[in-house]
Amino acid sequence: MQTNDLSVPLVAENSSEPSIVQIKELSKIYRQGEINVTALNRISLSIARREFLTLMGPSGSGKSTLLHIIAGIDRPTSGHCIVQGVEVTQLSESELADWRNQNVGFVFQTFNLLPVLTAFENVELPLLLTRLTSKQRKKQVLTALELVGLADRTSHLPRQLSGGQEQRVAIARALVTDPQLIVADEPTGNLDSTSAHEVLDILRSLCNDAGKTVIMVTHDPKAAAFGSRNVHLEKGELAP
Amino acid sequence: MALPLRYNVRSVLIRWRSTLSTIFGIGLVVAVYIMMQSLAVGLEKSSANTGDPRNLLLVRKGSTAETSSQVTREQFKLLQYLPDIEKDEKGEPLISADTLILISLPRKGAAGEANILVRGVSKVGMQLRPQVRLTQGRMFEGGRREVVVSQKLAERFDNLGIGESFKTGGHQLQVVGWFDGNKSAFDSEIWMDSDDARSLFDRENYSSVLLRSDPTQWGALTNRVESDKRLSLSVIPETKYYSNQTATATPIRFLGNFLATAMSVGAIFAAMNTMYASVGARTREVGTLRVLGFRRRAILIGFLLEGAILAFLGGLIGCLLSLPINHYSTGTLNFQTFSEVVFEFNITPHLILKGLVFAVSVGLIGSLMPAIRASRLPVIASLKSL
Repeated sequence: MQTNDLSVPLVAENSSEPSIVQIKELSKIYRQGEINVTALNRISLSIARREFLTLMGPSGSGKSTLLHIIAGIDRPTSGHCIVQGVEVTQLSESELADWRNQNVGFVFQTFNLLPVLTAFENVELPLLLTRLTSKQRKKQVLTALELVGLADRTSHLPRQLSGGQEQRVAIARALVTDPQLIVADEPTGNLDSTSAHEVLDILRSLCNDAGKTVIMVTHDPKAAAFGSRNVHLEKGELAP
Repeated sequence: MALPLRYNVRSVLIRWRSTLSTIFGIGLVVAVYIMMQSLAVGLEKSSANTGDPRNLLLVRKGSTAETSSQVTREQFKLLQYLPDIEKDEKGEPLISADTLILISLPRKGAAGEANILVRGVSKVGMQLRPQVRLTQGRMFEGGRREVVVSQKLAERFDNLGIGESFKTGGHQLQVVGWFDGNKSAFDSEIWMDSDDARSLFDRENYSSVLLRSDPTQWGALTNRVESDKRLSLSVIPETKYYSNQTATATPIRFLGNFLATAMSVGAIFAAMNTMYASVGARTREVGTLRVLGFRRRAILIGFLLEGAILAFLGGLIGCLLSLPINHYSTGTLNFQTFSEVVFEFNITPHLILKGLVFAVSVGLIGSLMPAIRASRLPVIASLKSL
C-alpha cells in the first residue's frame, strides 16, 4: 500500500528475520513526586511476524506501558525497541508521528472515534497524512470497512453506532494504512460478550488471513485465548 | 498535513450552545466597530463629496475655514474683473461672494437647539455647485427674506418645511424650497441671498468667494490674487478645502478604535475561555489524532482555525447587526465651523471586510494559548483523559 520512506537508521533489517518486534533490556521508570516507580524492568521480548500475542497481567504490571512503547507513543527510560528494523526509541517526535501513521494500527478500549466525523471520515483520517488521491483513499476506506462488515454504515456518526460497531470502525481505521503491526489496548473491555467475540474474530483473522502481527493487552482470559501466544507481566517483569 | 476543515467546522458547530455567547459577544464588538467606523466614513465622505474640481475658493490669508474669513466688498469688486474667471451663457462671471452665519434652531422633538450654517450666495452660487439640486419648491429671491433649506436638515429641525418660517436674529425667514446636496457638506446648510444675509445679520463683509476658472489658469490667477496687496487673500481649490475639513471625523475614528480595542480585549478572553473549554473537552480526541500520526503543528493549526471560524461567525453576525444603520442619516458638531453637520452612516464593503478581519484576529489571538496547550498535551496522558 505504501512504503516506509523515513530516513532513520535501520537496525537489524533482514528480510529473513522472522521477528517484527525485538525488545532488549527495556526499562521504564516513572517519577511520581519523590518516588521512582518502575513500570518495566529490563524486559527482553521478541515477537514474530503473523503472531497474535496477548499481554496479560494485573493492573500496574506494565503491559500497557510496553504496548505504548512498541507503538511509538511512549519512550522507555533505557533499552532498545526495534520494530520492523527501526529503533523507535531514537526517532524524534515528528519522525515518530510519521512512523506511527505508516507502521502501526492502534485499537483503543474506548474506541476513540472522533464524534463529529462519520465512520467513513474516521477511517479516512490516517490516510489524509499519505499522498493518496481522494479516489484511492475512498477505495481503501471502503475496503477496510467492508473487511469489518460495516460497508453499509459509512455515513453514520459514532453516536449512531453500537459499541461493537464503533470498535469495528476503529479496527478499520487501524488497518486502513495497511500496517504490519496492529496494537490493541483492551479492545473488548467496553463491549458485551457477543460484540467482544466479533472483534476478537476480526483481530484473529487479520493475523491468520491478512498476515498482520497483532499485540493485544487484555485482562480477560477468554479474550487471551484467541491469541497464538500469551505473555504475562508482573511488576514490570515477564512472568515465567 | 492539516486536519480536515470539516472536522474543525463541525467541532465548532457541535458545541453551538456553549459557543453561542462567545459568537454573539464577538458579533457585538464587530457591530460597534463597524458602526463607529461607518460614522467616520460617512462624515469623511460628506466632506470629500463636496466641491467642484473647476472651482477655487478664496478666503482671507491665514483663515483655515470660511466661517473665520472675511472678504470686503471692495475686494470682491476687484475679483469680479479678473480675466481668468469663466463666464456663463449671459456673459456673467461665475463668481459668488458667500456670507456665512451661524444661527441656532430648535431640533425636531424638542431635543434642544443646535447651530446651523446659513450660507448667503450670489446669483450664480447654485450654478457653481452643480451637485446641489432643488428638489421641491423654488429658489429664493433676493430682498424678500427667503431661504432654501437642505431636505436632510428639514427632517431634523422644526419649522423648515416649505411655506413655513422661522425666526432668527429678530427676523422672520420664509422657507420657499428644499434642496439636496448629494451627500455633501451642503446637506447641512440653509441658503439665502448673500446681500440679504449681510444686511439682515448686520455684516459689513462677505466671508468667502467661490469662482470657476480653467485649472490651467489656476497658477496665473493664484499669482495675481496672492501678489495683490489690496486683496490679501489665499486661493485654495474648493475640493481640497473640503477634504481638509475631514478633521471632524478624527475624534470619532479615535473613539471607535478605542471602544473596539477595549471591547475586543473582553472578546479575546471570551474566545480564549471557549477554546480552553473545547481543548479540555477534547483532550482524548487530541491524543487520538497524535497516535494516528498528526503532528503537533497540525493540532495547533486546527485549534487556531476553530477559533478563527468561531470569530468569523461572530463577525458575520456583527455585520448583520450593523447593516440596518447603513444610510441612516444623523448629525454631529463640525469642529471647524461649530455647526451641525448632517451625514449618513456609510457601511462600505471595505468596512465589512475590515470588520471580518478584526473578528478573525480576535479569534486567532483568543485561541492561541489554548491551541498551544492542545498541541503540547502529552499523548499518553491525553488518551487516559475521560
